[in-house]
Order: sequence, then C-alpha cells, then structure tokens
Amino acid sequence: MREITFVEALREAIKEEMKRDEKIIVLGEDVGRYGGVYKVTQGLIEEFGEQRVLDTPISEIAIIGAAAGAALGGLKPIAEIMYMDFAMIALDQIVTQIAKMRFMSGGQLKIPIVIRTQYSLGRAHGSQHSQFFPSWFVNSPGIKVVSPSTPYDAKGLLKSSIREENPVLFIESGVLYRTKGNVPEEEYTIPLGKADIKKKGDDITIIAVSRCLNEAIKASNILEEKGISAEVIDPRTLIPLDINTILSSVKKTGKVVIVADDVKFCSITSEIAMQIIENAFDYLDGPIVRITSPPLPVPFSPELEKMYMVDENKIIKGIQQNFGYKI
Amino acid sequence: MEIKNIPLNELDVEPINLLKKMLQIRKFEEKIEELFLVKGTLIGPAHLYLGQEAIAVGICSALKKDDYVITSYRCHGHAIAKGVNIKKLMAEMFGKETGTCKGLGGSMHAAISPEDGLIYATAIVGSQIPIAAGLALSNKYLNRKIATVCFFGDGAVNTGAFHEGMNLASLWKLPVLYVCENNLYAEFTHITRSLSSKSIAERAASYNMKVFIVDGNDVISVYKVAKDCIEKIRNLNGPIFIEARTYRMKGHGVYDQAKYRDPNEVNEWLQRDPIRIFKEKLIKEKLLDEEGYKKLEREVINEVEDAVRFAEESKVLEFNELEKLVYFEK
Ligand SMILES: Cc1ncc(C[n+]2csc(CCOP(=O)(O)OP(=O)(O)O)c2C)c(N)n1
Ligand SMILES: [Mg+2]
Repeated sequence: MREITFVEALREAIKEEMKRDEKIIVLGEDVGRYGGVYKVTQGLIEEFGEQRVLDTPISEIAIIGAAAGAALGGLKPIAEIMYMDFAMIALDQIVTQIAKMRFMSGGQLKIPIVIRTQYSLGRAHGSQHSQFFPSWFVNSPGIKVVSPSTPYDAKGLLKSSIREENPVLFIESGVLYRTKGNVPEEEYTIPLGKADIKKKGDDITIIAVSRCLNEAIKASNILEEKGISAEVIDPRTLIPLDINTILSSVKKTGKVVIVADDVKFCSITSEIAMQIIENAFDYLDGPIVRITSPPLPVPFSPELEKMYMVDENKIIKGIQQNFGYKI
Repeated sequence: MEIKNIPLNELDVEPINLLKKMLQIRKFEEKIEELFLVKGTLIGPAHLYLGQEAIAVGICSALKKDDYVITSYRCHGHAIAKGVNIKKLMAEMFGKETGTCKGLGGSMHAAISPEDGLIYATAIVGSQIPIAAGLALSNKYLNRKIATVCFFGDGAVNTGAFHEGMNLASLWKLPVLYVCENNLYAEFTHITRSLSSKSIAERAASYNMKVFIVDGNDVISVYKVAKDCIEKIRNLNGPIFIEARTYRMKGHGVYDQAKYRDPNEVNEWLQRDPIRIFKEKLIKEKLLDEEGYKKLEREVINEVEDAVRFAEESKVLEFNELEKLVYFEK
C-alpha cells in the first residue's frame, strides 16, 4: 500500500469530501492563498475557489461564530484554528454556543461543523503554543472530540467528522504531521466512537491518545523483547469514547497504563481510568498507571521540553514501578 | 438617510397590524411580569421588552417569513414580531414540552423557532453577532435572497464578538442587517460609563458599513428604514447597521426595580411610550377610535390569557427524552 504523510491524508480527506458535497466550505487564518500554516489546506483555493476556501482575519471568535451561523444556514463548514491554545479565545462559541444549540433549542437546530486544530507539543513552541487540553471540551455535552494518531486514522476519521451532523473538534498533533503511514487509494471512512487495537497482547493494556500512541508502540516493542506482551489501544475518538474495547482488554490483562499529553489533573486519562474502575474494578491486578505531562506549563527549552514530554522510557518506568516487572 | 413622509394610509402595511403586534408584545410582557412578581408562577431570568416594541415590530414587519432573525436573551418581542405562535412562546416560559424549545430554552432562548425564521437566541452578550455573519454567509453562498437580521443591545458593542463579527461581515460583504437597540443601559450601567466612542453609530461606521440612526420609539420610522435596508440586503451586497434609540420602561430583568435611573430621565421616556404615540397618531388620522383600540386591546389580552391556560395545562418533557436531544442521531 502507498505511504503518505499525516498532512497529505488530512488534505485528501478534505478534498474528497469537498468534491462530494458543495455545501462544504473551509475557513480559517491563512488557509487559502497560503495553503495553511502547516499546509493541510494547500491547493484547495486553487481547486475550489475563494467562495469555498476563505481566509479569515485573526478573529477566532468570528471564525467559529461564522462557522456556526453558516452551519445553521445549511452549509458544512470546516474551520481551522491554527493552534489549540487559540481555541480558548473562541471557547464561548465552541462550548457555550455550538455545543448547546441543539439541546437548548429542544432539538430544532443541527450544527454540522468540524473544527480542526493542532497542538505543537514537541516542537519547541513554548507555553502558549503547545498545550493539549481535550478535557476542556469533552466536558461539554453536544460536541464530539476526535484525536487521530496515524495518517490512516486521520483520513478516515476526518471524512466521517465532515459527514457528521454534529459539531466535531478534530485535534491533530503537530509533531505527527510529517509522519508517514499506509493509506489506501480507495475511499474509506472510519466511524467515530470506535477504538482501535493497534497491537494485540495479553499481559498489559496500554491505552494511548494521539501523539502518545507512537510512544506506547515503542514501549511495547521494548516489553516484547523481555517477553511481556502489551495490548496497545488507541481510543481515536474521546467523545464518544469506546470504553467497551478498552474494558475487554482490561478484563483480559488486569493491568492498565494510560498515556496522553495533557496534564494529569482532571485529564482524559483521569476519565478513562475512572470508567475502568467503575466497570472492571474486580479485574484489576494493581493500580492504574497514568503517564502524562507534569503539572507545569510547557517549557520552551528543547532539552527541557523533551524531559517534560511523555516518551517510551517513562512508560516503561511506570510499568516497572507498578507491576514489578524487571525490564 | 432621508425618511420620506409617506401618509399612513399609503404604507404597504396595515398600520392597525403594526399596532396590534406592538400590543401583543406589550400584553405578553405585562403578563410575564405578573406571573413572576404577583403570582410567582414563573422563576428564572426574564428580560422584558416593554418600551422597545416599535423596534421589533418595525423591523420584522419588513421581513418575509423565511428571512432570518437572530437575537439575544431579550427576545420575546422579536419572536412575537416575527410571527411565532404565542401559545408556544408562553409554554416555553413555563418550561413545558409544548414550548418553542420543548421547555429546554426558557425565556432567554424562547425565540428559537426556525419554522418562523427565528434561528437563534443567545444568553451570552454579543455572541450572536459573528453567528449572524455566518448565517448571511450561507445565504450569500447559496445565492438565496434571504435577509438576516441580528438584534443586540448597546452593551454588546463593547464585546470582542462585536468587533470580530462587524469586521468579518463588512470585509466579506455579507447580507446582514445589524440592529442595535440602544436602550441606554447594559444591566445597571449607563452607556456613558461604558462606551469610549462618541456614539454606537460612529463605532459601527468605522467598520465601513452604512449606518442609520432611527427613533426606536416610532414604529413607522423604524419600519421605513428597515424596509429600505432589507431591500438592499436582499441584493446580497454587504451589511447595514441601524442604531435604534429607545428605552427600557422597566428594569434589566423582571426582578430589577431600576432604582439606579434618574427619575427625570425615566419620566421623559415614559412620555414617549411607542404604543401610545402610535395609537394617538392613528386616532388623529382617523384610522382608529378609542373604542376600536379598546376592542383590539381586549382581543390581545384574551389571546395572552389563552396562551397562559395552554402553557399551564401542558406537560413537562419526560426526563429521559433529554439525552436524545444532545446530538443529532440519524
Ligand atoms: C458575555 C456576557 N457578559 C455578561 C453577561 C451578563 N449580562 C446579561 S445582560 C447584560 C447587559 C447587556 O446589555 P445590552 O447589550 O445593552 O442589552 P439589553 O439587556 O439592554 O437589551 C449583561 C452584562 C452576559 N450574559 N454575557
Ligand atoms: Mg441595553
């Protein structure tokens, strides 16, 4: 199968969907003429024109607000927020407007919006351009949250997100943009709400979100050399969360490690851990181990940032300390 | 803009219908106030439209049913003026399943009824302004001759959403009519203590759009300006801004007694009650007499009473229905 980058996979998804449905528009800062700061939307304006690919001013509130209005008027907007940190400026529009519109209208309104954004942890972008905070959004019923880790998933999930009739926050990891993976030429989609078992195993369950998936795979390879077989699961979508796939694995292994880039306190790892405790407590052989960012803003210094970040060694260390393995 | 002095009987709307709509709002709001303060039947926030009736009626009378209206929490007047069923509107105040939003929105979101062109009502000051730009974008993109009207207050012009929304609407030449109802107060703060610009109109003009200032207590003036603006908006070529100057007859919310206002200011404005002014004009022009007015008033009061009865007799939505309303399911 051919290999393409994460960025190319995203771009293909958008292009294919825009060809399929004329109601799809793309809007955001520098998404048009410049092709997007990370080139995800490159070539779209040439192919689809300025009517459908709109460069916006630096107005995050208006980007999401206009997307919301356009969706209410029958279009299907894909809005790009350049960095996840900037989504905070549009928090009212995302959390208090679009997530609640359908409910508080008694089900009258439909808001098919995709908000694409990325977090740049791992690229020396400093405290204000790096943070991953999905828990700010998964706490808002009404919005779906997607966090792909491979080019294949990115394409299939983005296509499904665009076809959704609900608002979707689609969180990409900037460091994954240039990673490559197998993506078939043929059309496919991946439904939201289905976790993927990235590697089968029997001894430990490692659940890893977004960028951390690759770290978990690396850790599982180290474990494998020592005769420990880890099952690696990527939830892929955080809302809806496919807890059943996770629980089946936990019931088999009894040992759980959850890995994600957000800081630990009230994070996505907290929620997954709690759902395991609520539903599979009797199957656990020990504590649930969480490997996350420390409770600090992200430091700029590339050396310090590396120490700050989740990696395979931290995952191995957590497993050693908690499950008594000698690795 | 020059407002032509068209005689009332040459208008393309029935003046009596304008009066009736204003009266419907007035009687509806007076009833809401009574249900909160006297009977204690209703609770929660409610922001009455008393004194501002001429704006909603003047503007919405220039609209077609499928034109879009998006507004704030002070939305009962816009809903009635746009033609919502008063029973459904009242039931929403009561939180009943027969309400516009099945009782999940309440007073502040009651003006959501897409079948009447009432697209959205938000409780976050200013947030409707960029959303309105998006609605207009959809109309422009789909080449629909639908006008979008966005209502907000004088306080909203100080939000970030206002600046971002205005800039975008003007930059993209979006067909939206922004209507700022300047009632001089944002909650309990007079406009002179919140606005740095010389006027709201001046601020709006800085976004390079056409701006009109209109007497918001004169329904005919509002209607004429709106009619003109809406015609232009339908050509899908850029936003227009109206600052309608008016006054809240009562407090910010239904519980607010508005003691912070200068009594002279209040009295001066009460002299300019939009309904009384218009009624007297109609009587003077012999389009109405005192008896006809009384009859109209009774009719409207009965309608509101029926709506209250309907709301009281309606049921509350089953709790287990709620989870079906968070996401759209195919
Ligand atoms: C963003 C935001 N800040 C504060 C409030 C609280 N609040 C509700 S109404 C209001 C005043 C708004 O005044 P104005 O825009 O003039 O509208 P009016 O109530 O006069 O119709 C305030 C401050 C809010 N709802 N939203
Ligand atoms: Mg005000």
